[in-house]
Amino acid sequence: MDFFLYSKFGQMILAVIVFAAVVALLLGLAQLADRYSGRSRTFWMVLLFGGPAAFLLGLGLIYPAIRTTVMSFMDRNSQEWIGWANYEWVFTNPDSLQSFINTFWWVVLVPTVSTTVGLLYAILVDKSRFEKVAKSLLFVPMAISFVGAGIIWKFVYEYRGAAQEQIGLLNAIITGIGLEPVRFLQDAPWNTFFLIVVMIWIQAGFAMVLLSAAIKAIPDDIVEAARLDGVNAWQMFRNITVPSIRPTLVVVVTTITIATLKIFDIPRAMTGARFDTQVLANMMYDQSFTFGNNGTGSALAVMIFLLVIPIVVFNVRQMIKNREVRGA
Amino acid sequence: MINRRRTTASLAGAAALALTLAACGGADDLGGGGGGGGGGATAGGGETDCSAYEEYGSFEGEKVTLFSSIREVEADQLQDTFTDFTECTGITVEHNGSGEFEQQVVVQAEGGNAPDLAIFPQPGLLQRMVKEGHVVAAPDAVEKKVDEGWSEDWKNYGTVDGEFYAAPLMASVKSFVWYSPTAFEENGYEVPKTWDELMTLTQKIADEKGSDTTKPWCAGIESGGATGWPATDFIEDMVLRSAGGDVYDQWINHEIPFNDPQIVEAVDMAGAILKNPDYTNGGLGDPRTIATTSFNDGGLPILDGECFMYRMASFYEAQWPEGTDVGPDGEVFAFYLPGMTEDESPLLTAGEFVGAFNDREATAAVQAYMASGDWANTRVEIGGVTSANKAVDPELASSDVLRLAIELLQDESAVARFDGSDLMPSEVGAGSFWTGMVDWVNGSETKPVLDQIEASWPAS
Repeated sequence: MDFFLYSKFGQMILAVIVFAAVVALLLGLAQLADRYSGRSRTFWMVLLFGGPAAFLLGLGLIYPAIRTTVMSFMDRNSQEWIGWANYEWVFTNPDSLQSFINTFWWVVLVPTVSTTVGLLYAILVDKSRFEKVAKSLLFVPMAISFVGAGIIWKFVYEYRGAAQEQIGLLNAIITGIGLEPVRFLQDAPWNTFFLIVVMIWIQAGFAMVLLSAAIKAIPDDIVEAARLDGVNAWQMFRNITVPSIRPTLVVVVTTITIATLKIFDIPRAMTGARFDTQVLANMMYDQSFTFGNNGTGSALAVMIFLLVIPIVVFNVRQMIKNREVRGA
Repeated sequence: MINRRRTTASLAGAAALALTLAACGGADDLGGGGGGGGGGATAGGGETDCSAYEEYGSFEGEKVTLFSSIREVEADQLQDTFTDFTECTGITVEHNGSGEFEQQVVVQAEGGNAPDLAIFPQPGLLQRMVKEGHVVAAPDAVEKKVDEGWSEDWKNYGTVDGEFYAAPLMASVKSFVWYSPTAFEENGYEVPKTWDELMTLTQKIADEKGSDTTKPWCAGIESGGATGWPATDFIEDMVLRSAGGDVYDQWINHEIPFNDPQIVEAVDMAGAILKNPDYTNGGLGDPRTIATTSFNDGGLPILDGECFMYRMASFYEAQWPEGTDVGPDGEVFAFYLPGMTEDESPLLTAGEFVGAFNDREATAAVQAYMASGDWANTRVEIGGVTSANKAVDPELASSDVLRLAIELLQDESAVARFDGSDLMPSEVGAGSFWTGMVDWVNGSETKPVLDQIEASWPAS
């Protein structure tokens, strides 16, 4: 037994055995449920296959969400009720307000710019000779973690005094053409926008891949019909391409928006969220785990949650609408 | 037949998924497994003299889990200190190190899954865990060892509300200035003995060597999410020098406000070096570059002759590139950051503390061993660290810098104080003090920055 519990390989084998056993059990039960007929069969099937998922969803998502909300009305050790004090802090603390402003700029700029860049790029390279190479070039940053991208860009933005040898790419270029070096990461409020560029760099590839696939799915006869009608490039884009890929556009924009609301790694790795580059998610982490203040940390988490909800609702409504349009 | 094939396929899929999951779990390292090799490591066979370990008692096959932030080489070195102990007492010590120790230890304790022992890098975190009722008081055997080996101050850092909880383990000296003995030799510079001498030397270097690229001092305080801490160390060193140990204690306990005139004076003393464009920042630019230069890279321009001094703790030794000659006559070495006069030797220290989460006898035995002079000597001899235990023989130290550090730590006349930001409430010590210092280096004035830190001090 020791082998299974105390060695890594043993634990791995044990996990495989247990998992296989659970799946086998479920399949066995499914076979049994299969024998019922009619309504009770549907009931058992839903319970069997939906039950575990619903249970895990409740345990891993719904319960923590409720607990976090409750904790946001309690003190730092989650022991006494303190009413709205944590929310009052969230809306009066200067650092917290700064993180709202910064997060606002992130959420406005990252989804719009990266989707626009991705869309234009996808249209430009579509059916060109270098399409595959061109697409991989833009997609590569997608494979890099946020922290890794942050470190790469930190070198790009690196600042040295005017008299020193520049080791940062951008400042080397800037001083090369005879200008003063720029402190990209140190001067607020511009530093936030230089951080936002990093996220756009990553997300544009994601947008491009999805939108490119959607463009390819536009039926050829529609495009040909439009050509016969003599549309110019702008009309083609405005009246054919965009309406045809609208569902994908919505998915891309909302997905990037949700990812951007949670942005944490890039400011942390590049500026340590100093120099007025604080964002909501990083503020939440600092409050909860570094300062041990469960109350304010939870309140910030609830705020992020509340901000995400309208986007998710919009996303779902769009999907339902699309289904109606398609007549399914 | 089709049905059957489908079942096999889904089973195969399930197994593949399980493998992935298991692999993730394995990499996580929080699950307690892994170790277990402690007992087997005692090769060489039966020559160990067990008389020194008799006092800890005899246990057969017991296991004690130890959790810390120590990883990789240092973790192996830590494990090696238990080789003989395990052979003689029968207790296997299973050590687990995590980069997220500070967060994880709280989660584990609250989840009822605490380790037997934990090594706390900050007294503040220990206090928080004691107040939440997780850490148990240290047994008498441990307290006896601590009374023998450590000064009253060190014992106090492991004491909460008059009750003693955790013995100090290892220590580092923060009041060091790294410099190049060869460069000093070439230019005829002497290692300063007082603060005035240091400032005179600084001015002299600035006059003789100063240029747009070369400055007397280097500095760097960037450290990811912890950006700012090297500057708080500098300030703490200044408070110890300009205002003394008593004011320092009042300051970190918030008996005087954070923006007290004496603290303003100390911060301006650091500012005379850090914020003077003629004095910093060698090889990098103006003083504002301090805020974006990582502390790891901060001292390296010394090797290029672009700066001459870098104030950083004893552990900076590990940052010099491979092959650098570190020693009293070498390329780099450290001198003690001087006090106001030659007789005063204020010392800023940091260290780790071992606290227990239960009162099992085996736990107590390991805790007592780790508090002993024997353990300290064993660990120092293995290398890379220092201890403030009086029993430690400086000759065992693995390098000249560490030997110097041990001598300073054992100096009875030194006014030694623990890193203040580790003792303050974390909103300040890991929050506003850090961010405030970043703003300050980035150009803000002293008084408004200190006012802001004072305003962030939690009410209760």
